[in-house]
Amino acid sequence: MNPRRKQRLVAVSSIGVLLVAAIGFMLYALQDSIDVFYTPTEIIDGKTKTGIKPIVGQRLRIGGLVVPGSVSRNEETLAVTFDLMDIGPTVTVQFNGSLPDLFREGQGIVATGTLKKGNLIVAHEVLAKHDEEYMPPELAEQLKGIRHVKPEQAGY
Amino acid sequence: MWKWINSFAKPERAYWLCDVLQNWFAGVAITGLIIGIVWGLGYAPQDYQQGDSFRIIYIHVPSAILAMGAYVAMAIAALVGVVWQWRTAFMFMIAIAPVGAVMTFISLFTGSFWGKPMWGTWWIWDARLTSQLILLFLYLGVISLYTAFEDKQQAGKAAGVMAMVGVINIPIIHFSVEWWNTLHQGATITKIGKPSIAPEMLWPLLICILGFAAFIGWVTIIRMKNEIIMRDLHRPWVAQRFGGAETGVAEAVANVDGQP
Repeated sequence: MNPRRKQRLVAVSSIGVLLVAAIGFMLYALQDSIDVFYTPTEIIDGKTKTGIKPIVGQRLRIGGLVVPGSVSRNEETLAVTFDLMDIGPTVTVQFNGSLPDLFREGQGIVATGTLKKGNLIVAHEVLAKHDEEYMPPELAEQLKGIRHVKPEQAGY
Repeated sequence: MWKWINSFAKPERAYWLCDVLQNWFAGVAITGLIIGIVWGLGYAPQDYQQGDSFRIIYIHVPSAILAMGAYVAMAIAALVGVVWQWRTAFMFMIAIAPVGAVMTFISLFTGSFWGKPMWGTWWIWDARLTSQLILLFLYLGVISLYTAFEDKQQAGKAAGVMAMVGVINIPIIHFSVEWWNTLHQGATITKIGKPSIAPEMLWPLLICILGFAAFIGWVTIIRMKNEIIMRDLHRPWVAQRFGGAETGVAEAVANVDGQP
């Protein structure tokens, strides 16, 4: 390789290395705020890495699984409360609005709202999170014992 | 070997290669897209959770993967152009950039239409969606930087540096779903281990990816050929190939281009 090409290659690669380092540091510094949500355990016990706990009145997003049997609907209005869990304690979410199609017991969801006293969250938006697995209904039933229930038949 | 690769720095050699490859890419693109999309949208089974909505995967995933693939190809071309100063490398860079930008847009657009019924929102500022949006801006940045310069070799260098710098975004997009809590789910097929999708759904998806890849290659080759002719309009090899610089294609193209 001739010296000029070599020089250019060195220049380009050193810029590359510097850039990777700079962006790496930035992402490292930002890692707490890039996360879209807290998990229920993180709300009660604080973030696993930093131990930072959300304060009462803070706007936040929470992501977790809907605890089976915890969904209770108000008969007259759209108001609904349900519990969320991950691996530890559960958090209760109050929501007044229409739920996404994928909302059902055992489903992962992400809710945006404000933290009230204790472990109550008043949400103004509830989004469903699904996993990366795709399979036909028959296979899902066979493999996981999940029966696909059409949302309109689920009754909540 | 090295010498053979280096021969493609010459526009006429690159043009010849484009000619050879063009029909192959066209054939794979057309058959792949037809088989993949008909199979995926028409015959693959429904998903147990998402029903028919999951079929957006057959457009969304190929466009998203190949938006990143096209970016890496563009950045490699930029590296070759800046370090070895191949004129053809910059021509390839600018040939593929709009194609990649369109793929990125398709992935964002289809993702949005998938997100609304499934997640309940068109858009969320989570790490995956945001980094993919940045990819679109990087493409647009490279294109506009290139068009901002009169001297195309200079333009290639400037846009090339930007393309190379932006390549850092590619691993960020890929790993965003692992590094942070995102609403977007994890990787289904681009991971080590068994893909978490049933085989009868996976096959049409793979065929779609192949079809999209060939389609990108095909469009890029056509754009590359145009770019070579535009840039080398007044060189003897173009005149020779298309029969006469005075009366031939060269003049016609120049007139279309608005430079009599």
